Amino acid sequence: MAVCEGKTIKFSNAAITSFAAVVGKIESQGPYGDEFDEIVEDNKGTAETWEQAEALLQTKALHHAMDKAGLAPENADLIIAGDLLNQCTGSSYGLKDFYIPFLGIYGACSTFAEGLLLSAAMVNAGYVDNSAAVTSSHFSSAERQFRFPLNYGGVRTPTAQWTATAAGAAIVTPALAPPYIRAATVGKIQDMGITDLNNMGAAMAGAAYDTINRHFKHMGTHPETYDLIITGDLGEVGSEMLYDLFKRDGVELKSRHKDCGLMLYDRERQDVHAGGSGCGCSASMMCGHFLKQVKSGELKRILYAATGALMSPTMVQQGGSIPGISHAVEICYK
Amino acid sequence: MNISNQEYGELAKRRSPASSMYKTIPMAFVIGGIICCIGEGFLNMYRAFGLAEEQAGMWTSITLIFISALLTGMKVYDRMAQHAGAGTLVPITGFANSVVSPALDFKSEGYVLGLGAKMFVIAGPVIVYGISASIIYGIIYYLIKMI
Repeated sequence: MAVCEGKTIKFSNAAITSFAAVVGKIESQGPYGDEFDEIVEDNKGTAETWEQAEALLQTKALHHAMDKAGLAPENADLIIAGDLLNQCTGSSYGLKDFYIPFLGIYGACSTFAEGLLLSAAMVNAGYVDNSAAVTSSHFSSAERQFRFPLNYGGVRTPTAQWTATAAGAAIVTPALAPPYIRAATVGKIQDMGITDLNNMGAAMAGAAYDTINRHFKHMGTHPETYDLIITGDLGEVGSEMLYDLFKRDGVELKSRHKDCGLMLYDRERQDVHAGGSGCGCSASMMCGHFLKQVKSGELKRILYAATGALMSPTMVQQGGSIPGISHAVEICYK
Repeated sequence: MNISNQEYGELAKRRSPASSMYKTIPMAFVIGGIICCIGEGFLNMYRAFGLAEEQAGMWTSITLIFISALLTGMKVYDRMAQHAGAGTLVPITGFANSVVSPALDFKSEGYVLGLGAKMFVIAGPVIVYGISASIIYGIIYYLIKMI
């Protein structure tokens, strides 16, 4: 059967000028706690509800990124943002007061890569002078929407992941200084038939494998070409499955691979089971940690493949499975 | 994708760790048992106050429900439950927790459409099928009695 290969888009004129991450308390106690721009200690800040708190995370993250870039709202051309909540609540409410042209997107936890990819395309084509990619997730608002009430005494299974309370914002402009966005591969929806709501890593690993594989093929690269291949939030189960899938092709990925879901928390000390998840997980790790390393030249070439489980609680209750998606963005020092 | 969903499912199963039953079952037994012992303690206390057997039992339930609701509000019950599992879920205290936790959570959407409407979102099915089962049991019991 002929399979659609898709395309890898190459960019010649797009760079990430500034980036910022805002996280909650548990995230600030993780191994990269001091790298984030702001910590909201009580996970709520000045907000009254969890949904307002998530919106506030996005407001704060974009403020920090725009301050760093010296970009005033009247000079901003575009925001591309999304989150996990119904109607992308965090984005629309968190970014409304900026009065900047806005495009809402949904890619579950792959949203930040999708935002970067679309921003790079708009900037590279010359349609806009700058575009901000913003996203967030909040443990409490996500639990309320997707799982159980916060204080319900249900037990999480070992494969369950912890939704990060975090937001990330990055401003993409024409290429002047690193980190440069050099290429991107748009993910395909991959439904591998996984039905377990508490095993998102397994639902997403297939999508990550497909996108990374296609990116390698189109770019003529292999794992060793990159300093790091960073996935979004596959967690422990998804990461192991990703290695297995590549191993079938005789490719060893593990030595070059990092997963943001396995980095944001100290899994020995913090009870997050298979790792972190949520749009904010990889967005905060990218904006708080990895992009700094590319900016300084410590990392020369990375492939950021954020992964999202396009899970509908209604469809799962009706017996459906969980489709996954992964978008890849190649970020370079040169 | 060069892998079938069936093969992929097997791979997922192999890489997904199961709950360690040698740890969870004894924990559930011990903590569930402690909750029952506390209940037994209250029962003896109410009896000592001179309450009749049936009334002492009723007051024991009320006391346990109150303590569970209080601990849920203090955000202690769910932390205990992470270790206790079925030990905190099965006793009457788990039922109280399943009613109080959505009530607290959905208060932000108002007392009618939030708290009122969502309060039984977890306990609702238990009540529906619990009552249905008791009716069926009652009919069977009635028929057996007739024979």
